[in-house]
Amino acid sequence: MVPVTYYVALSAILFSIGALGVLVRRNPLIIFMSVELMLNAANLAFVAFTRFYQTLNGQIFVFFVMTVSAAEVAVGLALIVTIFRTKHSINIDEMNGLKG
Amino acid sequence: MTVDLLLFFILALTAIATALGMLMSRSAIYSALFLVLNFGTVAVFYILLNAPFIALSQVSVYAGAIMVLFLFVIMLLGTEVLPDTKALPWQRPLAVILAVMLAGEAIYLLFIRKAAGGQIPAPVESFGSPQAVGLELFKHYLLPFEVTSVLLLIAMVGAIVLTKKEKGGQ
Amino acid sequence: MTFFYLAPWIVFLPVIGLLVNGFVGQRFSEKVIGIIASLASGLPFLISILLAYSLAGHSEAVRWSVGEWIHVGKLQLDWIFRVDTLSVTMMLVVTGVGTLIHIYAIGYMHEDVRNKSDIKRFRRFFVFLNLFIAAMLILVSGDSYLMLFVGWEGVGLCSFLLIGFWYEMDTLGRPSWANSEAAKKAFVANRIGDFGFLIAGFLIFWSFGSLQFDAVFNAVRSISAVNSPLIVAITLFMLLGVAGKSAQIPLYVWLPDAMAGPTPVSALIHAATMVTAGVYLIARSAALYTAVPAAQFVVAMVGAVTALFAATIAVAQFDMKKVLAYSTISQLGFMVAGVGMGAFGAGMFHLVTHAFFKALLFLSAGSVLLGMERGHHSLSHHPVNENRSLKLRSTHEAGKTPAEQDAHPEEVFDPGDMRNMGGLRKTMPVTFWVYVIGALALAGIFPFAGFWSKDEILAAAFSQGYTVVYWLLTIAAFLTAFYISRQIWMVFFGEARHEAAAKAQESPRVITVPLMILAALAVLGGALNLPKALVGEGLGEKLSVWLGQTISIPPGEFIGSVALISTGLALLAILISWLLYGREPLKVGDADPLKKFLGPVFTGMEHKWFVDEGYKALFIDRYADIARFTANVIDGRFWHDWFHEKVIVGTYNFLSNIALDRYVDQRGIDALVNGVGRWTKEASASVRRLQNGFVRSYALAVLVGVVAMLGYLLFK
Repeated sequence: MVPVTYYVALSAILFSIGALGVLVRRNPLIIFMSVELMLNAANLAFVAFTRFYQTLNGQIFVFFVMTVSAAEVAVGLALIVTIFRTKHSINIDEMNGLKG
Repeated sequence: MTVDLLLFFILALTAIATALGMLMSRSAIYSALFLVLNFGTVAVFYILLNAPFIALSQVSVYAGAIMVLFLFVIMLLGTEVLPDTKALPWQRPLAVILAVMLAGEAIYLLFIRKAAGGQIPAPVESFGSPQAVGLELFKHYLLPFEVTSVLLLIAMVGAIVLTKKEKGGQ
Repeated sequence: MTFFYLAPWIVFLPVIGLLVNGFVGQRFSEKVIGIIASLASGLPFLISILLAYSLAGHSEAVRWSVGEWIHVGKLQLDWIFRVDTLSVTMMLVVTGVGTLIHIYAIGYMHEDVRNKSDIKRFRRFFVFLNLFIAAMLILVSGDSYLMLFVGWEGVGLCSFLLIGFWYEMDTLGRPSWANSEAAKKAFVANRIGDFGFLIAGFLIFWSFGSLQFDAVFNAVRSISAVNSPLIVAITLFMLLGVAGKSAQIPLYVWLPDAMAGPTPVSALIHAATMVTAGVYLIARSAALYTAVPAAQFVVAMVGAVTALFAATIAVAQFDMKKVLAYSTISQLGFMVAGVGMGAFGAGMFHLVTHAFFKALLFLSAGSVLLGMERGHHSLSHHPVNENRSLKLRSTHEAGKTPAEQDAHPEEVFDPGDMRNMGGLRKTMPVTFWVYVIGALALAGIFPFAGFWSKDEILAAAFSQGYTVVYWLLTIAAFLTAFYISRQIWMVFFGEARHEAAAKAQESPRVITVPLMILAALAVLGGALNLPKALVGEGLGEKLSVWLGQTISIPPGEFIGSVALISTGLALLAILISWLLYGREPLKVGDADPLKKFLGPVFTGMEHKWFVDEGYKALFIDRYADIARFTANVIDGRFWHDWFHEKVIVGTYNFLSNIALDRYVDQRGIDALVNGVGRWTKEASASVRRLQNGFVRSYALAVLVGVVAMLGYLLFK
């Protein structure tokens, strides 16, 4: 059998890749997708642990995470669309209105 | 090397590869498609981990709905490839280093410190079946379930409001 | 039945008088002011009589305490009134003669303020007079040298105030600082004397440990046995004080100038009372002086030399009051010589009789002066404008009364100049007769008061072996008779040499009645101390016995030969003066006949032997030189120009401009403060770069935090 550590390690690697994507890419859509990847990696860790501890709590949790992430994607994409309408660009480097 | 382990490694590689592909693709569409593949792989993992319901939810919600949304928006916004930037040149290498560090710390924690442990025990028959999940959901997690529905409503309203054009132009 | 409890009132009553007159007197008429002031002097006289009566059966001195004063370490002094025979004698003289002079002054000042056109000043005169009486009584009633000194200073002040009463004029009423200068001279000369008194006081306190009379006098024997030179020093310094206050050589120069004050002032202060304070002081300190015969000799010599010196000057004076002033100095010399020789009874006797006849002479001279003024006013037929105050006008018109300005445009009239007088016995008979009585008393003619007292001094000098003193005093007595009879011939006999004298009028009763009372005292005053040799134990030497209760008085002498010589010389002097002045009375413009005989000696006498000029050249001008040097060179060039400007201001400028401003402020503090600001700007500029607006960098920051936290938790 596969030890649960392997699953968690995989989850960690996927998470790191997602984090790297958030930092490095300049297309907001791809950044968003990286966020989804991170969420997914966390879900994987949940499921692995819940299988390890033989309770269903983890799966319920994943269920909710999925729901929330779906809602979040909807709103986030709407935001991106709105920003694109005003800025006419999807380069995240140009969205620097918070510059001090 | 058992079959499970072999299978795990192959699937793990696929997952990592697709993740990396998503990361490094020039085109946004290619990234989205890579991500779809990644979600699919993760769904297989769920099946392996006796979470069929979750697996299929993953496929239908994540890969099906969310990624489709992504693709719609990508098409909407145009898929031009962004030119290389000259701003913050130091940020890219630093980010790579940090991500590697993060992964490294996790690996260290897991394998050298052995924080999590143990073999996965034998599965119970109806562990993770929709029936079981549903029972759990509606018995013990009813309130979050209902609140989630409100959340979805809010999301819908929010999305509509955000993208609504002003009346009469301007 | 004793009245010692009344003792403090001799001082309180004059003070009340002066406060009443001073603060509410504006509304009173001249009469009321005068009555208040005279009562303030007269009631103390009654009290003095009661005190004398109380002392009669009580030979010990009575010390009546009024209150605590100084209690500092060894110095324990209270305000205590000492009622003993010596102080009561002085009290009686001061208040008695003083009251008569107050009454006289009501009439005199009534005319004087009108002559000088300032009737509002009438009240001020009486305030000052009462102040004087109070101060003089403090002097004589003090129980310690310090209380005496308080009074001593007080009478000095009053002398200044009263000499300079008409401070903006000179004696003839012209605008000038002459009167103020005379007042200042009196004060300064007195101050030099006070210096001597103070040194003596310090030495007394230092050696005796107390300033109180009994404590000092009881300890004289023991201290003088140990340290006789100390007592000599004390007595000689005290003599300096006496020379100042009682106008002896070398400090007598203020008294003739003091004639600038109104005549009642001259009578009261500069004849009868204040100037006798020095004599009183020596008499009071009898214990000290008798312990050191060397000092006694010095005192006696000073007195005798002064007596002769002043008499020579008096011979050649033409101002009426100046003659009397020098006469006073001379007679004070007699008194000082008397107490200096240890004949305290004789000295005090002469003090009392001199008070009578000198006050009489001065007041009568005042009457003569007023008579001359009246005559002068009646000449011009212009009424005197009483309400015009004397303002300083141009020198051409200045100083004359409106009457004078109208009548005699260029002439200044001096009513006191004897060369303007003559024949006044016909126009002012009462004044004439009282003046003659006073003159005879002064000259020492039997049986007037002056004969007895002067003779007692001469007899004491003769019998105690002070031969030089005796001869000096005898010659002075000769000159005394000469100058006073010269004055009588010039003033009252012959023909008037000026129209004012011809028209002179007699004075009113308020003036002549006190004169008559004093004349009676001048006649009868000798009865106070008649020699026992002549009248026996019962009647004789009343005063000496009375005083003997307090200080040791040697028995009085009566030496017939001395009396004969002095009387003979006096009559001879009167004869010579008659030959010179009385037989062929002077006419207008005549020189003094004595000038023919004495020539340059007469000029010297007339110019007071140039003593004032000598003092000016020796002291006053040198002092002015020192002052000028100190002011211009030391203060001006050195202190101000160099030290202040270069050293202090330069250093300050250097410190502030260069040291502090350039180095500390600009380079130091400004650099620091501005540096903080600049550093803050630069730091914030560099920190601001964190906020670059790039989402990627923000996300990176988050990841950095996560990795760091994880690392910390891992490796903790």
